[in-house]
Amino acid sequence: MATITLEHVTKVYPNGFEAVHDLNLNVADGEFMVLVGPSGCGKTTALRMVAGLEDITAGSVSIGERVVNDVSPKDRDIAMVFQNYALYPHMTVAENIGFALKLRKVPKEQIKQKVIEAAELLGLTQWVDRKPGQLSGGQRQRVAMGRAIVREPSVFLMDEPLSNLDAKLRVQMRAEISRIQRRLGVATLYVTHDQVEAMTMGDRVAVLSAGRLQQCDTPQNLYDHPTNLFVAGFMGSPAMNLFEAVVAEGATQLFIGSQAITLPSELHAVRPTLKSYAGKSIVVGIRPENLPLTDNARDSESTASPFEGHVELVEALGSELLVHFTTDAHAFEITEVMDSNAAGLADGTLTKGDAGVARVEAHTKIAAGERIRFWLNPERLHYFDRATSELIV
Amino acid sequence: MATSLDNRIHHKRGSRQWFLGHFWTTVTWVIALFLFSPVLWMVITSFKREGSAYTDPPTLIFHPTLNEYSQVFSSGSGAGGAGAPFEHSLVVTVASVALVLLLGIPAAYALSIRPIKRWRDALFFFLATKMLPYVAAIVPIYLIAEHLGLLDNVIALIILYTGFNLPLAVWMIRSFLLEVPREVLEAARIDGAGLRTELMRVIFPMVLPGIAATALICVIFTWNEFFFAYFLTAFNAQTVPVFLSHFQSTEGEYWALLAAAATISCLPVILAGWIAQKQLVRGLSLGALK
Ligand SMILES: Nc1ncnc2c1ncn2[C@@H]1O[C@H](COP(=O)(O)OP(=O)(O)OP(=O)(O)O)[C@@H](O)[C@H]1O
Ligand SMILES: [Mg+2]
Repeated sequence: MATITLEHVTKVYPNGFEAVHDLNLNVADGEFMVLVGPSGCGKTTALRMVAGLEDITAGSVSIGERVVNDVSPKDRDIAMVFQNYALYPHMTVAENIGFALKLRKVPKEQIKQKVIEAAELLGLTQWVDRKPGQLSGGQRQRVAMGRAIVREPSVFLMDEPLSNLDAKLRVQMRAEISRIQRRLGVATLYVTHDQVEAMTMGDRVAVLSAGRLQQCDTPQNLYDHPTNLFVAGFMGSPAMNLFEAVVAEGATQLFIGSQAITLPSELHAVRPTLKSYAGKSIVVGIRPENLPLTDNARDSESTASPFEGHVELVEALGSELLVHFTTDAHAFEITEVMDSNAAGLADGTLTKGDAGVARVEAHTKIAAGERIRFWLNPERLHYFDRATSELIV
Repeated sequence: MATSLDNRIHHKRGSRQWFLGHFWTTVTWVIALFLFSPVLWMVITSFKREGSAYTDPPTLIFHPTLNEYSQVFSSGSGAGGAGAPFEHSLVVTVASVALVLLLGIPAAYALSIRPIKRWRDALFFFLATKMLPYVAAIVPIYLIAEHLGLLDNVIALIILYTGFNLPLAVWMIRSFLLEVPREVLEAARIDGAGLRTELMRVIFPMVLPGIAATALICVIFTWNEFFFAYFLTAFNAQTVPVFLSHFQSTEGEYWALLAAAATISCLPVILAGWIAQKQLVRGLSLGALK
């Protein structure tokens, strides 16, 4: 049982590429921390530094009370699932899973017992005598998983352990991993680029982009209160709509394109800085589910304003409709920050998007080509500074 | 109509392929037999009596006999018994190949998996030793051996052959080690393997086929090496190739005897090849990664 602490951790590869920049992260004892971010943002690098497989250029990594910068992997008491499995090709599934225990001189009977348990849990029972070369990708991935869970390490490190499973198995394994982790109560650093995994599994989620930590919070808080444009655009599917907007003089109104949204004084009470943006252009974020077709809240003295669009496409998902619409406002999409020297999200990383998306009730009568009217509640909107990409509070 | 035409074309193409296939098979066999014919001649001759061994036209029908084989080992024959040379060759081969592996595997490891500083230079140095012409080395080597009192001594050959084979072995084993996925070794380290365990239980089993292939090549070279053995040995360390050469010079030519001796001398190499072959099934790292 231990915590994982990263303090000002930086990784510069020998070729001069800075893959992780000044990362601070604390995984509490027993906590399930998910590290999420687009491909190439430094997730694996960060994990490998915790594992001791990669030198730490600057900063310190601690497991428990101990700074482990110079401790070799085998003495860190960690178990790791590799992104590419890294199985022992000359050993059977059972030997693969039991190898770590064997090296720890656990009695044979006990190893056998644990291997059988793990194989059962992972649905590998019928393959225990096979070599990895005779397994499918998904089966291999489960062997890699089994190798980690038979041990009782003080830290779990998992690098996209479910990426190769089919949808059904993935959901099943997601629950299984969460259960095992909870039962063992081991601090876990779990890497994924799948935000559903991040949202459903993590006690907390750390969002990484271009080697920099963007935000670290509970899944719900991340979703409800993204602190910058990257997190806002990255978390959630379909992604948050981002429109260019102008705060009117006096800050009583917001123009999204040509449409005016009333900004009530209650809003200024919770977002005092917004006033200082009067006359300036900002980015406003609207979650697809915050675009209702009726003003349900009107009775309870709400201040929703109408917001209209032109329906381009309606996608029926069964449980709901996704309505793609255009307005005369400028829409943005977030593209990954590939340049690690860019501080956060500058203008260049906002690219022009084409449309907005709304999530509406499944049986709504709506068709492409029609005009649609939503009701926007300004308190449900997210306001971002265009230059710094930070949330306006 | 159309289908029958199709069929005919199909048939024609099929028979053309049939013809080509058989043609190439035949050609291959003819070439193989042609290349193999000296060996075949050697084996056949070894079962003849000396009188019918080298006649013109060749004797094709004869009573096979093992007479010459027993002659090979009796010391009364042409160049003394084959027993001692066989023993020398065996000692030299086993010892030098064992040494090559013992030194070569760690060296290859230090040049691939955990590369030392300036490993490129080291690698080139290994290769450079192979660029020296054989013949140029014989005088200094002879003088050194004489100085050390190692003339006509198997130890001289063991050292020499180890030196010869080492660069090749290091290059070969290194290339096999490079195929071991980095993550597999890292997984082993995380699983608690120290350097020794990592080497013995993970790396070694994975590159065993490569090591077998390397060992086989070293065995073949060592067993058959003639040049240095001829100059550095006389009686106490005479190896099989040198022994064979004496059949032609001492008391005239004994073709059947020579053939029998040569046939026996092939057997150990064939045996080594057979053992190695069982290890040579490639693709051992299959399944390690995604
Ligand atoms: N050995 C290396 N030398 C130089 N640059 C490297 C090295 N390994 C990784 N990188 C770079 O560092 C960045 C982060 O790599 P990393 O593997 O950590 O990404 P990741 O977040 O795990 O991506 P993915 O989701 O695709 O696995 C990438 O841009 C990559 O090109
Ligand atoms: Mg990765």
